Amino acid sequence: MLLMKRLLIALFCILSLPVFANEPAATQAEATEKEAFNPGEMILHHIGDSHEWHWFSTDNNHLTTYLPIIAYRPGQGLTVFSSKRIAEGEAYEGLKLEHEHLVAEDGGKVYDFSLTKNAFALLLSSIMMLVVFSIVANGYKKRQGSAPKGLQSFMEPIIMFIRDEIAKKSIGPKYERYMPYLLTVFFFIWFNNLLGLTPGAANLTGNIAVTLTLAMLTLLITLFSSNKYYWGHIFATPGVPMWLRPIMIPVELIGVITKPFSLMVRLFANITAGHIVILSFISLIFIFRSIAVAPVSLAFGLFINVLELLVAILQAYIFTLLTAMYIGGAVEEHHDADLQIGGGDGAAPAHGHGH
Amino acid sequence: MQIVTPEFGLIFWQLVIFLVVLFLLAKFAWKPILSSLKEREDSIETALRMADQAKLEMQLLKASNEKLLAEARQERDRMLHEATQMATQLIDQAKNKATEEGGRMIVQAREAIQNEKNAALAEVKNTAAQLSIDIAERILRRELTDSAAQQQLVDSYLKDVKLN
Repeated sequence: MLLMKRLLIALFCILSLPVFANEPAATQAEATEKEAFNPGEMILHHIGDSHEWHWFSTDNNHLTTYLPIIAYRPGQGLTVFSSKRIAEGEAYEGLKLEHEHLVAEDGGKVYDFSLTKNAFALLLSSIMMLVVFSIVANGYKKRQGSAPKGLQSFMEPIIMFIRDEIAKKSIGPKYERYMPYLLTVFFFIWFNNLLGLTPGAANLTGNIAVTLTLAMLTLLITLFSSNKYYWGHIFATPGVPMWLRPIMIPVELIGVITKPFSLMVRLFANITAGHIVILSFISLIFIFRSIAVAPVSLAFGLFINVLELLVAILQAYIFTLLTAMYIGGAVEEHHDADLQIGGGDGAAPAHGHGH
Repeated sequence: MQIVTPEFGLIFWQLVIFLVVLFLLAKFAWKPILSSLKEREDSIETALRMADQAKLEMQLLKASNEKLLAEARQERDRMLHEATQMATQLIDQAKNKATEEGGRMIVQAREAIQNEKNAALAEVKNTAAQLSIDIAERILRRELTDSAAQQQLVDSYLKDVKLN
């Protein structure tokens, strides 16, 4: 009963948040001198990428790690310098930051290869993954043929779950080729989801560029491992009359793109939404300008944070499972029975067009 | 809008770093881990299969042992039976032989007795004849002297003979 009540309050808070969020923004225009707290801006700043790693601020000081700016301009070549030089909006070597976006003063084209907060977090998490799994792999070398121990015994059931429940069931007999990608993608998303929940860390898996890249890799692997049945299904969907093909072929082709698109959006939206909700609860304290709100904010923030721990592994699982299903659909050997039934995807649950 | 606009730079880093991580992990982590897992599963499976086989073999061995035991028991019974049979046969044979021998000996004894008896009788006859001759001789000798005394003598001799 108490939990229900709390949930209702939480729901109310979330629903009424945009009102609070808009209020200061509206008043800000009138009284620009008074530096009002803008939760929308704060949240977007926190979930977005940045050219510096801002840890925390006191009244006078900021603790910030300035990351390198790497820019390529056609004709001018590569420029590398610390982001400290342009942190306060000033220009350096003809480059400046506009809302965390690197632009050239002369309006020319700039390719921004900077090691941003996300790129830096990506490097750190990658090193962490390499360290963790070399320890695990070492465990197998050290205790060959005997029971796993320590980190190895923690990771083993997860690896076996991905192999037995995801790869074997969704892909079938050819699963072994795809195991490295599935395992890497699963642990990459999981590790970075968890790291993203760490205070002060970057929101890597909630960044559309990262999820886009992962989804693209899934799409490429699916396309490169597809067999004639996969394309046959797209260009001559079994059981569909000839005159419907002009409609069905574009629909099926769009389906090829929407699968990875859904992967990209799902991961991005889930992780970003979790961060937004937590940040919103914390913002309530500053919106009400009252310490009395803090316990409520913290309680809900904590609740959502714990929920996010679950979402972290769940999203990694879903991304991996769907990737395995798409690959499974591409490498599947169809039987003649499928043509007779003509039901298409209804008969084969592994396809999962709707995801 | 900015958060749904993928940054070119981050795509680049993500692609490069992810592929490097994928390559390194595939080579140095997933390959040994997956092969070790497979190896262990295989070894467990072989061990289980071998245990099953050993169990089957044990059962077979036990069955053959039991068969052997039963055969041995049968053999022993047969041998015992045969031995008993032979023993009884031997005893019977011996008994028969003994009886036969006894019978034969009795017959022989009887024969010997008969012979002895015959010999004794013959000797008695001979002795009697001799005596008769002796008596007759003596009588003949006395007759030459006194006829009354001769008669008396003959009588006394005869009396003697009768006593004999």
